[in-house]
Amino acid sequence: MTVAQADSLIVDGVELPSRLIMGTGGLSSFDTLRDALVASGTSLTTVALRRYAPGEASLFGLLTELGIKVLPNTAGCFTAREAVLTAELGREALETDWVKLEVIADETTLLPDTAELFEATEQLVQRGFKVFAYTNDDPVAALRLQDLGAVAVMPLGAPIGTGLGILNPHNIELIVSRATVPVVLDAGIGTASEATLAMELGCDAVLLATAVTRAHDPERMARAFRLAVEAGYLARRGGRIPRRALARASSPMAGRADL
Amino acid sequence: MNLTINNEPRELRAGMTCRELVSDLTGRVVTEEGRAEGGGPLGVALAVDGSVVPRSLWATTELADGQQVELVTAVQGG
Repeated sequence: MTVAQADSLIVDGVELPSRLIMGTGGLSSFDTLRDALVASGTSLTTVALRRYAPGEASLFGLLTELGIKVLPNTAGCFTAREAVLTAELGREALETDWVKLEVIADETTLLPDTAELFEATEQLVQRGFKVFAYTNDDPVAALRLQDLGAVAVMPLGAPIGTGLGILNPHNIELIVSRATVPVVLDAGIGTASEATLAMELGCDAVLLATAVTRAHDPERMARAFRLAVEAGYLARRGGRIPRRALARASSPMAGRADL
Repeated sequence: MNLTINNEPRELRAGMTCRELVSDLTGRVVTEEGRAEGGGPLGVALAVDGSVVPRSLWATTELADGQQVELVTAVQGG
């Protein structure tokens, strides 16, 4: 591997070449979704579990065909009980023990209900699930989830679908500095520079859906995020220079022509 | 017998198994192991009265009158 390439993300011992995890919600056309997923370069993509409707095109079939690993979510669950049952359905339907655990408190903010989230994480880990825990940007909660056995913690940048970016970068940095499992910035991203910032703060990956699926040109935006995540990852590894109050010339003064 | 499938009332012949129901609803031939015959993902899961029935048990699990059945699959979502 050359320096120009970003290293793979490893979660639960599995290598994921892309550090951009995609969501699939929000697009009306399957063809547009396919184009966006391909342009994003993603290796892992979330899906929701809902009632089967005859004649609908198979999303799982599309992801399988594209060679993208599937991450079933528990979106729409308000209690640990609902989330555990939904996770069980996802494991059965898609034959993976990975789950994006989402337990929300209400439909207006879609913010995680931390008490239910802890409870669900504990139960799912006991049942052999590999939990990717969607959580508030709370360093204490993130560490607790890690201690409960989550394989990745996924703090939000801002509430789901808002596109407000990363509202508390300091908390994200704190989570990164203390977590030993991968940290995925999940939710709130609006544009490419915010995904770059997430990676510069030290996140291991970024998960987003709305920023691509509701963009004017989803395929173009997907490519923008692919590059943004890679840029941020390389910038973090490259090491930014310290901030200085005063200017510092990069051209030498010595050897200047006498004009 | 009368069951509720995905919130719709439905009449099924007595003794129908989960495997037969999944085959009926998806239009795919389902194997003894609960997989789609001829390969390719089936991509569905079944819950009866709030409990998941693993695909390995579909062939041997008979449905009963009055049960609530949920058949789910992957759809677009964040």
